[in-house]
Amino acid sequence: MPNGVLVIGEAADDGELHPVVGELIGAGAALGGPVTVALLGTGIGGLGEKAGAYSAQRVIVVDDPILDGLQSDATTPVAERLAKEVDPAVILIGQTMMGRDLGPRLAQRLNTAVAMDCVALSKDGDKFVAERPCYGGAARARYTMTGSPSIATVRVKAIEAPAPGASSAEIVQQPAGIDASAVRTKVTNRRKEESEGVRLEDAKVVVSGGRGLGGPEGFQPLEELAKILGGAVGASRAVCDLGWYPVATQVGLTGKVVTPDLYIAVGISGASQHMAGISSVKNIASINKDADASIFKASRWAVVGDWKEFVPAFIEEVKKVQAA
Amino acid sequence: MPHIICLVKQVPDPETPASQFKVDEAAKKVIPAPGVQPTPSQFDTIGVEAAMRIKEKTPDTTVTIMSLGPEASRDAIKRSLAMGADEAVHINDPAVNDADHWVTAEVLAAAIQKISPYDLIIAGRQATDWDMGVVGLTLGEILGVPVVTIAKEIQLNGGNITVERVLLDGFETVEAPTPAIVTVSNELGEPRYPALMQIMQAAKKEVKAWTLADLGIAAPANRVNLEALYIPDTSVETEVIEGETPQEKAQKLAQRLREAKLI
Repeated sequence: MPNGVLVIGEAADDGELHPVVGELIGAGAALGGPVTVALLGTGIGGLGEKAGAYSAQRVIVVDDPILDGLQSDATTPVAERLAKEVDPAVILIGQTMMGRDLGPRLAQRLNTAVAMDCVALSKDGDKFVAERPCYGGAARARYTMTGSPSIATVRVKAIEAPAPGASSAEIVQQPAGIDASAVRTKVTNRRKEESEGVRLEDAKVVVSGGRGLGGPEGFQPLEELAKILGGAVGASRAVCDLGWYPVATQVGLTGKVVTPDLYIAVGISGASQHMAGISSVKNIASINKDADASIFKASRWAVVGDWKEFVPAFIEEVKKVQAA
Repeated sequence: MPHIICLVKQVPDPETPASQFKVDEAAKKVIPAPGVQPTPSQFDTIGVEAAMRIKEKTPDTTVTIMSLGPEASRDAIKRSLAMGADEAVHINDPAVNDADHWVTAEVLAAAIQKISPYDLIIAGRQATDWDMGVVGLTLGEILGVPVVTIAKEIQLNGGNITVERVLLDGFETVEAPTPAIVTVSNELGEPRYPALMQIMQAAKKEVKAWTLADLGIAAPANRVNLEALYIPDTSVETEVIEGETPQEKAQKLAQRLREAKLI
């Protein structure tokens, strides 16, 4: 009988445990557990305890050079073997670069289905229910699956992670056990787009610009505003596609999911694919010259007007408030 | 002579204004907005653009468009042919009208095998209706070929592809042997807009119409059940910041944000 939840996780770019792993373990426990975690990567030998701290029962660390770059040709056979060994009812993976590729391939290997980019998980009797945004975030779909195990990839930051405690997990180290010839894709070059200052994903304040800025120079005052607020600058897909601002700053369905305390949207109309990146943000302040812009419906504060006049004035007012 | 297969799908227009986007919760279907025409899924059209860029460099390339779906899919096919694709296959069978992603992948795999050999299959990173991003990767498993996802550039050189992928914080270059599957992202750039002449020429190009019987397969069973489809309530109580001048509005907003302890 398949039982429990298998979480398949990885390290973040900085080598630390990816924050989604704690979120997945919490989600797995909420589904009834017990939770087994498999961590895939290279140079991740020390992350077992950190995953265990989120009250996983068992952590399998597959630290192997063949997993460098987490190519799905390498992660898929490893995940397939682990899924067969652990025999879980549910498999949870983060909607990360690894998860996007691994989820569908693993589902096909196990002759089952996967719900991608889920934001809520639950149980209906013994059935696993996965809920996910679709139509660019305009609608929500709820799925059950006919095969076993049920697989879901889960959007980063959609589910709150439990507070880590002391790890009592059994930690096992395993080799990948696959041949190098199985990996047909080769990464020959990787380039980081470095951003200065606070990381968009960690920022408490995000100031984002859209097509309404009229050109790349419009980002200059937004950068100044972000700087005095200790925040980061984001951008809509439209302006990244136009080359006005780096692709790595894109917020939305095909970019980053951000969860700042305050999101200031400047010249952003609020297409649902953009809103998908800020769906958990409680405090949105937006400025747009179109009083009917759909961003206003999701905003706590709406400023109808020309950002060119408003933003410089707002920078001065923020400075005054901060000095007071 | 390289052969590229582009997978395309017709979807409700994702730019439908939020006020007109409606769902029939009982039927679990999107209600087409009046006056808003369905459109080829944006990432799929970008995939056709990627194929045409390869064809420009290697003119003896044949580009075949393939679509699974009802009659409305003809629009996505015609648009792709007008962009310069050579041939098209339309699989239309009421038995798979409600195909999930796995049924779609299995039917497409059978059709692809029928028009093999191929060097490259290009699809969008996800369709803009369900946003799953499953079909391309599943096809890779069924056909036993490597998949490289979220591409911004594809080069086809003999028996290899070189792909620029978009990562969250940068880019990577991936090489893989052909045949292979690549899914493309918006960073690849705007798809070309066909000229009137090309649209007229496309109307004369042959579109093969196949049913499951032509593929020699029965309808596979869906693997997921759609239990509910609804529009989430994302509206919040909005305060419109009033003021005579931008300065007045700026002062008021700064005040509100301070009261909420956000700045």
